Amino acid sequence: MVIAALAFYLFAGVAVASALMVTLSRNPVHSVLWLILTFFSAAGLFVIMGAEFVAMLLVIVYVGAVMVLFLFVVMMMDVDFAELKSGMTKYIRIGTLLGIVLLVELVTAIGIWAFPEGALDMRQAVTPAPGDVENTVAIGQLLYTKYVYLFQTAGLILLVAMIGAIVLTMRHRKDVKRQNIIEQIYRDADTAIELKDLESGQGL
Amino acid sequence: METMIDIFGLYFATFLLILGESLLVIIPIFVALAFLMYADRKIWAAVQLRKGPNVVGVFGLLQSFADFIKYIVKEVLVPSGADKVLFFLAPMITFIFAVVAWVVVPFDDGWVVSDLNVGVLYIFAIGSLEVYGVIIGGWASNSKYAFLGALRSAAQMISYEVSIGFIIVGVLLSTGSLNFSDIVRAQDGSWGALSWYWLPHLPMVALFFISALAETNRPPFDLPEAEAELVAGYQVEYSSTPFLLYMIGELMAVVLMTALITILFFGGWLSPVSWLPDGIWWMALKMGAWFFMFAMVKALVPRYRYDQLMRLGWKVFLPLSLAWVVFVAAAVQFEWFGGAYVRWATGG
Repeated sequence: MVIAALAFYLFAGVAVASALMVTLSRNPVHSVLWLILTFFSAAGLFVIMGAEFVAMLLVIVYVGAVMVLFLFVVMMMDVDFAELKSGMTKYIRIGTLLGIVLLVELVTAIGIWAFPEGALDMRQAVTPAPGDVENTVAIGQLLYTKYVYLFQTAGLILLVAMIGAIVLTMRHRKDVKRQNIIEQIYRDADTAIELKDLESGQGL
Repeated sequence: METMIDIFGLYFATFLLILGESLLVIIPIFVALAFLMYADRKIWAAVQLRKGPNVVGVFGLLQSFADFIKYIVKEVLVPSGADKVLFFLAPMITFIFAVVAWVVVPFDDGWVVSDLNVGVLYIFAIGSLEVYGVIIGGWASNSKYAFLGALRSAAQMISYEVSIGFIIVGVLLSTGSLNFSDIVRAQDGSWGALSWYWLPHLPMVALFFISALAETNRPPFDLPEAEAELVAGYQVEYSSTPFLLYMIGELMAVVLMTALITILFFGGWLSPVSWLPDGIWWMALKMGAWFFMFAMVKALVPRYRYDQLMRLGWKVFLPLSLAWVVFVAAAVQFEWFGGAYVRWATGG
């Protein structure tokens, strides 16, 4: 247990510290990298809780895919760091105010947090007993039996969002030359090269 | 007090055990890597009717070690305007993630540092982190070529991870487990080599091999370092030890891919015929054979164009592997082909 506690404080400490660095670091690329470290530590916390499947998914989906795209965008932004620094004092008052309001709201919400009667029992009733199955199997059994309609609905919503994003951004420009791979592959020596006899002093 | 000491003694012993196991995996891999690098160059040279490295040691066998010494004693150059911390962090990220991936690879029955039951996901997670070494390196160099190379590489690695993921899903559907040892055990059948997954999953072996080439930035998909257009891509500003770390990290990723192909499709440590014993030598032999394929492809195939690479990944491999997942799912559910696709219900 000692090691587990030490590991918990290590990951939790790194997560909080790097989350702080996300906002504190001047360079947006550094901010994104700190955010990646935050996600990674959160994955470590999941592993300590025995939820290795969720931990791996967090790393694959967030760190491996979402944050790469984030980093892409941030790296290609043309940011003037000097200007960014000079604006700091202007926004510090309203920033502090917003921070305090958020903190108060969070504390209030957590302070009055309560489970309704029997909520935990209801959750327990559908969950396979821990120790019986590993948690990948447990999640699979829940998702594909009890919650299969919700799961399918979530998938459909994502699909619609994806199609929407593609439709919104896709433009077919008529004046651009496009490559047709099939056409390119089916070219052979007869159609690719043409020999012409030219009279001297005349063009083609 | 004494129990405290006992507990810490136990932890210390466990720590030493883990350390010993890790070294037992890492050191042979590093030694093998030195000779694989030599083999890579020798095979490439043989195809081009050259001699290849033949000066250091007998037949040039010690060439990699000479190169190693040369790399670490050269001067470390940092471009002006580079982000110094990230500049040195990037090759370390590539290197470290290339090394830590090996903890879940089983070399023989039970010969694995950490027998994770989500081993496949772990490899996938680590593989998706490796791209950061490339992106950060390209950005921190503060150079246009390096940055372009990094962008290409990131897009390429993400694209091919998708199809690799779906190919692995097919194997997982057949096995019913995310554990690498289980995947190999599920391929143990009375037909020897014919009961391995390469036969039922034959089209995916080719797809996985090509995706692995792209994922590890090997020729013909070495666009991130295409020397004709990008000089050397994301590693153009690197010299000396940081460059060595990149190079070892890349080669290690290649060797890891050979291990993955062996485990997923070619029965890992299993013997191809029943009258020979199973063992780690089969694993090594199969990995070596696949490394030969990697080296031959490098020698034989010209480099792809970037838009063709993207088209191949998204418009050819992704639909094919997705369709294969649907097919395997149906084959598992309805036990087609005499249950050739259902190993978790029948035996393994």
